[in-house]
Amino acid sequence: MADPVTHPVLQLSGIRKSYGSGETETEILHGIDLRLERGEFAALIGPSGSGKSTLLNLIGLLDRPSGGQLFIDGQETGQLDDTGLTRLRGQRIGFVFQHHHLIPAFTALENVAMPLLVARGRPDADMFAQAGRLLDQVGLAERKQNLANQLSGGQQQRVAIARALAMSPSLVLADEPTGNLDTHSADDVFALLREVNTRLNTTFLIVTHDRRLAARCDRIIEMVDGDIVADDRVHDKLPA
Amino acid sequence: MKSWMPFEWIAAIRFLREGRMQSLLIIVGVGVGVAVIVFMSALLSGLQANLVKRTLSSQAHIVLLPPEEIARPQSPAAGIALRLQKQAQRLRSIDQWQQIQARLEGLPNIAAISPMASGPAFVVRGDANKAITLLGIDPVRYSGVIALPERMVAGQLRVGAGEAVIGIELAKDLGADIGDKIRVTTAGDATETFTVTGLFDLGNKGVNARNVYVSLRSAQSLLDLVGGVSSIDISLHDIDEAERLASKIAAETGLTADSWIKTNAQFVTALTSQRVSSNVIRFFIGLSVAFGIASVLVVSVIQRAREIGILRAMGASQGQMLRIFLLQGGIVGFFGSLLGSGLAWTFLMLWRLMARNPDGTPMFIIGVDPWLVAIAAGGASLVGILAALLPARRAARLDPVVAIRG
Repeated sequence: MADPVTHPVLQLSGIRKSYGSGETETEILHGIDLRLERGEFAALIGPSGSGKSTLLNLIGLLDRPSGGQLFIDGQETGQLDDTGLTRLRGQRIGFVFQHHHLIPAFTALENVAMPLLVARGRPDADMFAQAGRLLDQVGLAERKQNLANQLSGGQQQRVAIARALAMSPSLVLADEPTGNLDTHSADDVFALLREVNTRLNTTFLIVTHDRRLAARCDRIIEMVDGDIVADDRVHDKLPA
Repeated sequence: MKSWMPFEWIAAIRFLREGRMQSLLIIVGVGVGVAVIVFMSALLSGLQANLVKRTLSSQAHIVLLPPEEIARPQSPAAGIALRLQKQAQRLRSIDQWQQIQARLEGLPNIAAISPMASGPAFVVRGDANKAITLLGIDPVRYSGVIALPERMVAGQLRVGAGEAVIGIELAKDLGADIGDKIRVTTAGDATETFTVTGLFDLGNKGVNARNVYVSLRSAQSLLDLVGGVSSIDISLHDIDEAERLASKIAAETGLTADSWIKTNAQFVTALTSQRVSSNVIRFFIGLSVAFGIASVLVVSVIQRAREIGILRAMGASQGQMLRIFLLQGGIVGFFGSLLGSGLAWTFLMLWRLMARNPDGTPMFIIGVDPWLVAIAAGGASLVGILAALLPARRAARLDPVVAIRG
């Protein structure tokens, strides 16, 4: 296993993605290079159809690139089979989606413990203790036993963030995490992401349409038509 | 969350519990199918066992008879067409029957052996004169083959010297009762007078009007078979083996061996075709149950596409997703079969109350065999898992990217 301290959390070199084949082949991503260090808090912006979601799916190991290399914590992922990708994804990457995607048949606590349950195969006291601590941290100590659909949108997104952190991932990918929330809840959720980033030094890559939100990140990566056209560090928090 | 339960079980149960109405409806659907199968199987096996029991109440499972006598021409002259007249079969004894009996006793699966001297005779009482079958038996041995002691309605099964046991129909025809005298005459003009010691009812009017049981010795002297027997009756532990065993005995002894399967060929064919048609019905019920489960799970996979996608994104493997849906099929099948067995049991109890003889006794006894319930439960669970195969594979192969985007 690669040492996460000496390797970037994420490294992309010449990542391409195309759909279809022959004459109908369309290239969505034209050779993306990107590097995220440990503890970075980056926004990925760009108009619809610019390839943000495609890139996020590749980074999240939900899809395979057509070309180029993708390293997670220094591990090259091109050689991994589906099982290997699934395992790496489960251990190293947390997801927060626009539509929280909690599993309604389970309580808040069980939803947070779910990645641990999936990985370990059987429930144990330790995973629920950990899930409980995470829910405390996202301010939902009182809602642990509520079923997912008995929570408000903001609360559900907090549960989803707690769930994304359950496996102590190196990288959290957030796809429009506040897109479905009112301004007040959106600010709360964003503040929570930021707090986790500062406290646990977890790397975040946040896809958003919201320039206001992006401006509050340390780094803004802008995509247009399948290429990165701008990569600005807003705060000089990290060495260039 | 039960700590001993694997993740797949927990998810399968939660998914079923969440889709409560769907789960309930399909479990009831499976239950009705299983109930019909269990009820039909119990009814059919009860009915068939009862029919076989009634049929075999007055006949042995295998009857050994002396080989047929065949006329053989002596050195036929060349060029002369022969016309052989079939020989009339006289009443003969089985050669060396004691040795044969001793040998049969060593064979497996044989429950009882009863040598018998039987032949036609007339019985006379007053003005009444009836044609009968005279059967000379050893009552103890004969009871092992035919449950005559249970069928006695008056007196007792006692055939000492000068004692006879007759059927209720014959008693009525002759106007005879226990203690009355009857006179038996055979074609060879031998005559003996017997005292009626018992009346039987074998449930068959012909048998009740014809059979007269006397001691083996009396029958031997009346039928001119001194020391001999005309047939050997055999009963078996496993009646389905009768035909196979009969062929084996016939081959070994050279005797004619008739099994009940051969002598009741039409009856056995009817039973077999009844079984076949019920199997066909069972198969199609099973099939429709399987399609029901499959269709509900297909819908469930579509409804849960996002949840499947999110579980996959969290690191759940294709195998885990496959097992979650296979288990749902199995669980639905299992609980459906429990419900179905309960329903079938209720139907059978109602049937037992309603299907009664005029005298109020149950028409025939049907029990729910615990094995039948166990097989139904196992079978329905298996059908559930098989039915879930297609939807489960779909769930496992769902592309998480597509599933999450919905």
